[in-house]
Amino acid sequence: MNLQLTPDGRLRHLLTIDGLPRRLIQDLIEAADSLRSVALRGNKKLPLLRGRTILNLFFEASTRTRTTFELAAERLSADVVNLDVASSSTSKGESLLDTLATLEAMHCDMFVVRHPDSGAAHFIAEHASPGVAVLNAGDGRHAHPTQALLDAYTIHRHKPRFEDLTIAVVGDVLHSRVARSELRAFGILGAGELRVVGPRTLLPPAIEELGVSVHTDMDAGVADADVIVMLRLQRERMRGAFLPSEGEYFRRYGLSAERLKLAKPDCIVMHPGPMNRGVEIASEVADGPQSVILEQVSNGLAMRMAVMSHILGAQVPA
Amino acid sequence: MRWTSTRTQLPSFWRTTLHLPAIEPLLEALVTATRVRLAEHNIAAPRLVGIHSGGVWLARHLAAALGVEEPIGELDISFYRDDFTRVGMHPTVRPSSIPWDVEGRHLVLVDDVLYTGRTIRAALNEIFDYGRPASVTLAVLVSRNGRELPIEAGACGARLSLPAGQQVKLRGPTPLRLELVERA
Repeated sequence: MNLQLTPDGRLRHLLTIDGLPRRLIQDLIEAADSLRSVALRGNKKLPLLRGRTILNLFFEASTRTRTTFELAAERLSADVVNLDVASSSTSKGESLLDTLATLEAMHCDMFVVRHPDSGAAHFIAEHASPGVAVLNAGDGRHAHPTQALLDAYTIHRHKPRFEDLTIAVVGDVLHSRVARSELRAFGILGAGELRVVGPRTLLPPAIEELGVSVHTDMDAGVADADVIVMLRLQRERMRGAFLPSEGEYFRRYGLSAERLKLAKPDCIVMHPGPMNRGVEIASEVADGPQSVILEQVSNGLAMRMAVMSHILGAQVPA
Repeated sequence: MRWTSTRTQLPSFWRTTLHLPAIEPLLEALVTATRVRLAEHNIAAPRLVGIHSGGVWLARHLAAALGVEEPIGELDISFYRDDFTRVGMHPTVRPSSIPWDVEGRHLVLVDDVLYTGRTIRAALNEIFDYGRPASVTLAVLVSRNGRELPIEAGACGARLSLPAGQQVKLRGPTPLRLELVERA
C-alpha cells in the first residue's frame, strides 16, 4: 500500500517521488504552470486554502526552503505557523510523537516537515491523524520531492519533451537527497538519457540500478547534455577523505564557461542552491544566459502551491 | 418554430429529440441584448471578459459584433470554485489572463450558460482580485432554471427551463453549437 496516495490515486501525503504515477507528476507540473502567473498579479493570493492551517515543522534549519513553503501556503490563503523545533519542547525531552499529538490537537491540516534523519517524514505520516497531511521538505539523505518536482517543472518550461533530453546530474550525488529524488522524477517522466557525474567517492554504490549512466570524467559527462544539474558540494567533505581540495575539485568537476561549451548550445544550467561559487560552479556560469537558477526559485513557489493544493484540495476538512 | 429570448420552456419536440436550434439566432439575440443593456447604462467603452471555455468563444464574438477593439480577458475560475475541497484540483487549469487594468472599467462578463450562479460568483471573486471595476454586466447565451445564488444576467440570448438531470452545453469554437446532455 502506498502511504502517499488515496485509493483513487490522489496525493494524500508527499514523502518521496518513488511510486508517484507519471500522470500525477504531469498534473502537478501543469498546475504549477497555472499558479505561476498568480505571482505576476497585483493581488498574489488565491482563496484555495482559506481556513486551513499549515505548520512548518523544521527540525533542521533552512531559511530558504522554509520561506518558500511559508510563502506558498500564504499565497493560497492558508494560516501558517513556523515552528523552530530546536527551541521547542522536543529539546526539553518531549518525544516527537507527543509533540505531534499536541500540534494535531491544534487542528492543523498539514505538516511541512524538514528533518536531518532519513525516513522522518514517513514516520510522521504513519502516525499522523487521518485529517493531517505530511509534506516532506527534505529528510536526511533520503528525499526532497518538491525540489525534484520544481526542477522537473523548470526543465519542462524550457524543454517540454523529456524523451529527447540528456540530463547530467553533477557532484555530490552520494549525500544529496535532491539528486536521489530528481533521478527518480526524471526517470518517471521518461528522460532520454540520465547521467550522474562525479568522483567515485561521491557516487552511491549501485547507482546504475536507477537507470543512469555513470561518468567520473566531467567532460564526457556533460558532452551534448541538454540539462546540467549542479549539486552543492558540502565544504565539510573537503576535510574528510572524500576529496583533495576545493581547487582540485573545481578543476575536475566544476562547471566553468569553457566546460559548458561541451554541452548543447541551448543547454540549461540548474542548481538547487545555495551555491558554492568557484567550488562547483563558476560565477560567470551561475549568472550567465544559460543559467535558470533564479527561475528555479520562482518555480519552487509555484510547485509548492501546486502540491499543497493537490493534497488539501482532495480532502474534506476534518 | 423560432426560439427567441422570450421563450421560457424548451419545446417538447427538442426535449424528445435532444436537438437544439441553430446557434445564429441565439448569438444575434445575445448581441442585441448586450447592446441594449450597455446603452441603458450609458456604457460606451466596455471591456470583455470570457469564462473558459464557452464564455471566451462568445466574448470574441461579442467583441467583434460590438466593435470592442481591446483584447478580451480570459478567466479560468478553477482556483476560485467553492467546491474545491470536494472536487480537488482540476488537472488542466489554464491561467487566467486580463491584459489590461481592471480598476474603474466597465466590464462585460461573458459565459455560455447561467445555471446555479456559482461559476459567476467565483468569476466575480477572481475579477476583484485583479482590481475594482466600475461595473460588471453579465452576458450569457442561455439562462436556465436552477439558480442557487442570487445572480442574474443583464443580457442573455435565451431563457429556458430544463429538468434537473439535463444540462445544456456550448460546443466549439468552430462551429459553435448547443448540445443537451444528460447529467450522470
